[in-house]
Parts: sequence; structure tokens; C-alpha cells
Amino acid sequence: MKREYETVIGLEVHVELATKTKIFCSCSTQFGGAPNTHTCPVCTGMPGSLPVLNKQVVEYALAVGLAANCQINQYCKFDRKNYFYPDNPQNYQISQLYLPICHDGWVEIETGEGKKKIGIHEIHMEEDAGKLVHDEWEECSFVDYNRSGVPLIEIVSEPDMRNAQEVIAYLEKLRLMIQYLGASDCKLQEGSMRADVNLSVREKGSSSFGTRTEMKNLNSFKAIARAIEGERQRQIDLLEEGKQVIQETRRWDDNKETSKAMRSKEDAKDYRYFPDPDLPPVSISDQWIENVKARQPEMKEEKMERYQREYQLSSYDADLLTNSKHMADLFEETAALTKKPKEAANWLMVEGMRLLKEYSMEPEKITFSAENLAKLIILVDNGTVTRTVAKEVFEKIFSENIDPQVYVEEKGLTSVNDEEALFGEIQKVVNENPQSVKDYLGGKEKAMGFLVGQTMRAMKGKADPAAVNRILKEILSGVKEIV
Amino acid sequence: MAQKITDEIIEYVGILAQLEIQGQEKEQIRKDMEQILDYVDRLNQLDTEGIEPMSHVFPVTNVFREDKVENKDQRDHMLANAPASKDGAFQVPRTIE
Repeated sequence: MKREYETVIGLEVHVELATKTKIFCSCSTQFGGAPNTHTCPVCTGMPGSLPVLNKQVVEYALAVGLAANCQINQYCKFDRKNYFYPDNPQNYQISQLYLPICHDGWVEIETGEGKKKIGIHEIHMEEDAGKLVHDEWEECSFVDYNRSGVPLIEIVSEPDMRNAQEVIAYLEKLRLMIQYLGASDCKLQEGSMRADVNLSVREKGSSSFGTRTEMKNLNSFKAIARAIEGERQRQIDLLEEGKQVIQETRRWDDNKETSKAMRSKEDAKDYRYFPDPDLPPVSISDQWIENVKARQPEMKEEKMERYQREYQLSSYDADLLTNSKHMADLFEETAALTKKPKEAANWLMVEGMRLLKEYSMEPEKITFSAENLAKLIILVDNGTVTRTVAKEVFEKIFSENIDPQVYVEEKGLTSVNDEEALFGEIQKVVNENPQSVKDYLGGKEKAMGFLVGQTMRAMKGKADPAAVNRILKEILSGVKEIV
Repeated sequence: MAQKITDEIIEYVGILAQLEIQGQEKEQIRKDMEQILDYVDRLNQLDTEGIEPMSHVFPVTNVFREDKVENKDQRDHMLANAPASKDGAFQVPRTIE
């Protein structure tokens, strides 16, 4: 009989915090500066330099921990994790092993079989490492310490996930939660959110765990899903052949869709942690925790509920709008400026989503302002532009954040309400399409639509459709009399 | 002398500390390490029941910095002591094959 296997997955998620400065020094955390221009004696590990903790890091870690239903270690401290690698100038990473700031929490995800709680084992604060660039031609590597000392939190889950879908749902949940908190932008591609996957397989029904491996270098949700499937199959194949899974760190190659064990030198797990004597412990009072709780922003679930209640949006619409913090912010600002929440929702969800899809863009990357969308909605509402023209203008707002008022005036896109001009244009369309006129008079209502379309085309969408309809009917009834 | 340090332990500690240990240094290192461990053994004889491990020598907590950028570009100073550098980056022996 063929054996059935169950996959057991736990995640270690690193998130770069959105602080202005590094965790232990006043260097900028800005991404993309020239190499080593954001460095100082502390983050380059110069002897005699002294780290001083950035208070905002503790604030963000607390905010994330509380949102993830964690217990807080009100007395927490930093430890040194010792290893040698050029991206780590001190030869140790300052992290938290013995008393991490948060522990024993959970988040809830949606799965095919309903809601499921994923346990959070702990969240700790630590510093990021520098970046290595390898020379193609010479036998050397180059080190840029701009990223060295950028604050991270590492969120360690319990081994509660059973397949790639649950892993993705969990990551989406964390990402959205952290984006709402403003604690990080959580971009996988740019490395501000990174996930390592711990995976083992066991025979279905077994209560003990199999030997697990750790998979690194996963830069997208798709890569994570592929790596999980690949590693699950690799481990099952080993077991089926009567071999054993070796506990090791593996590096995923998404192009080849295979993984390779990392050399044991890179994988020396003997970190000889000990308390960092340079950093006094952190004591977190009840009051501090209460203050952070009081400042927690409205999260997705609450927003969804409010959108339905306050703006009468459907739960589907409310879900879509709140799936991105940026989208939700844009919606609320536009709704406040126009007092037309339904219109604001429609523009963002119909035209906005369409363009996002067309450009394969994340909602977080939207650059236009609520002010410009609000202006457009008002221009449509007061009849200055037709809906057809407004769609074109929206594309311009979406791609270049133009001011629609200025744009419409410059391009002469205001709708034509000049009855005389409209009358002349429609008369021309009627003269040029005798067959359609005949059809209409013969009782084919459809021909009317064609004539309206022709007129709108001639007017480049600027005519008010209601006026076109009215005048067209007037003219056609005149024709009837003549016939 | 309670502790016995084997050759394997000396080599392993050498790997972790990135030290190349020559044959004749081994005996001295063995002696030093055994002395250290003997001292720790003596400490272990103390009754520490109910005493919290000390995490810092001074009774201070919460030494913080505000999140404000104060450091300017001081790359040239940072690179001044680098054995080798190129295009603003520290140059090191190649780290992957």
C-alpha cells in the first residue's frame, strides 16, 4: 500500500523595520545609497564603538507583537550570535535569544477548510548584515555596509502549516498586518520581507515530526510555493528509497527549480550566544504597552466592517479595498474629499484594478493622489466631463498623477453642452447614415444606438449622452414628418 | 584536574574562532582551556539556587536613541583602515566559489 505523507511547515520571517535610522547608530536606513555612504564606526564594527538602541525599533516590535496576539517579555535583552562572514563586520550579530521581546502569539488565516490559527513562537529584534557583491573576473568580493545595522524583526512561527497555500496565506496576513501598522513596507522582491521555510514530512497520522530542512533564498510568493513542493517531493523520495533526510540548510534556485545543500561552513550552527555587555536590558512597563495598544491603527478586519456599515459597500468591495493599506487610504481620502464613497470605490476598483492588472503592478506602488481622483469625480458629477472622457483622464492620473482640472482645460475635453454645435454634428451624422435612419424609422431601435455611437465618436466622447439622445430623437422625428 | 580537553575539541574551537593552530601551540592551548574550565567548575560549586542570572553589570535599563539621522557620509574615514577597497566598497577575498 502506498504511504501517505503530511507536510509540516514552520516559517522564519525577517522584516526590515521602517525606521529612519539603524538599530544601534544614527546612520540612515535609506535604500539605494552609494556603497558605504550610510556607515559609521558602530555599523562597521570598529573596535571601541558603542551601540545605542533606537527606541522606535522597540515601538515597532511591540506593535507587531501585540497585533499578533503575543505575550510581551517586559524585561528583554540582546545577545551576540557569533559567526564569521564578511557581511558581518563585528563577527557577531546582535540579536535576541534568551529573552526575545514577544512570544506565544497567533494570527488567523483563511484556508480552504475555513479559518485556522497559526502560532507565533516568538518575535525578536536584531540587526541586518551588509551586502556582498562578487567580482566576476577577480578573486574577490566587495562589501557594502549600508544595510549593516538596519533593524529587523524575526517572526518565528510554530510548525502549524501543512501546505503552500497556508504558507502564502500566513505571509499575506503578516504582510498586510505590518503594512497597516506602518512598521515596514514588506517588499519580498526588495528584501524588506524575507522568509525561510522549515519543512519536514511525516506519515499521515503520525504525531512525531520528521527531520526538517531549512530553505533559504526565496524572493517571491511563487518561489516559496515552488520550493515547498520541490522540497516536499525530495524528502518523500528519500524516505521511499529507504534513505534519511539530513537536517541542513538548503539554497533554493528558482530558475532551476531545485535546491542545493549549503556548505557546512556557511551552516555552522554553533553560534555561542551570550548576553551583549554593550547593551543594557530593555524594561517595558505596563504603561508603555498600553500606550502602544492605544496607538494601534484600525486593522483590515475592522476597516472592512466599517466600510460596509459607514459607506454601504458590499463585503466583496470592502475586502478588495482593504487588501492594500495604500488602496484603503486612497479610498478614504477620496471619499472624504468628494463625499461620494461609492464613486471613489468604483473608480479604484474598476478602472484602478484594471490598470494595476495591465501594468502588473502592486497597489502599494500607486503614485496618484486622492486629491486628483477627487477632482475627477467632481468634474464628472457636475457634468464638466463625460464618463467616457473621464476614463481617459483617469488613465493619465494613474500613470502621471496629472491634475484633471488643468488637463481637461488644456486639452479642451470639457463636455459639449452647446446645443447648436451638438445639433449641427448630429445632423451631419444623420445625413451620412441614411441606412441607419431608415432602419430606425422602420422600427429597429438598435439603429438609434449606432447613431449615438457615431455622434460620440465624432465628438471624441465629449458630448453629454443624454443631450445627444434627446436631440437625435428630435431630429429623427423631424425626418419622419418629411418622409 | 577534572576537565580533559581532546585534540578534537581544540580543532573545533579553532575552526569556530578561525584560528590555525600549529602542533606545538596545541599543548599550551590545552593547558589554558583546562584551567579555564577548572575555574568554571569551582564557580559551579557555589549554590546559586533562586538567583536570577545577571544580564548586565550596571543596574541600568532603557538607554535609547531617538530615531533621527545624525550621521553624515563618512565613507572615506570608514575605508581608511581597510586593507583593500575599490569604488567605495571594502574588498575581501572571494566568499563563494
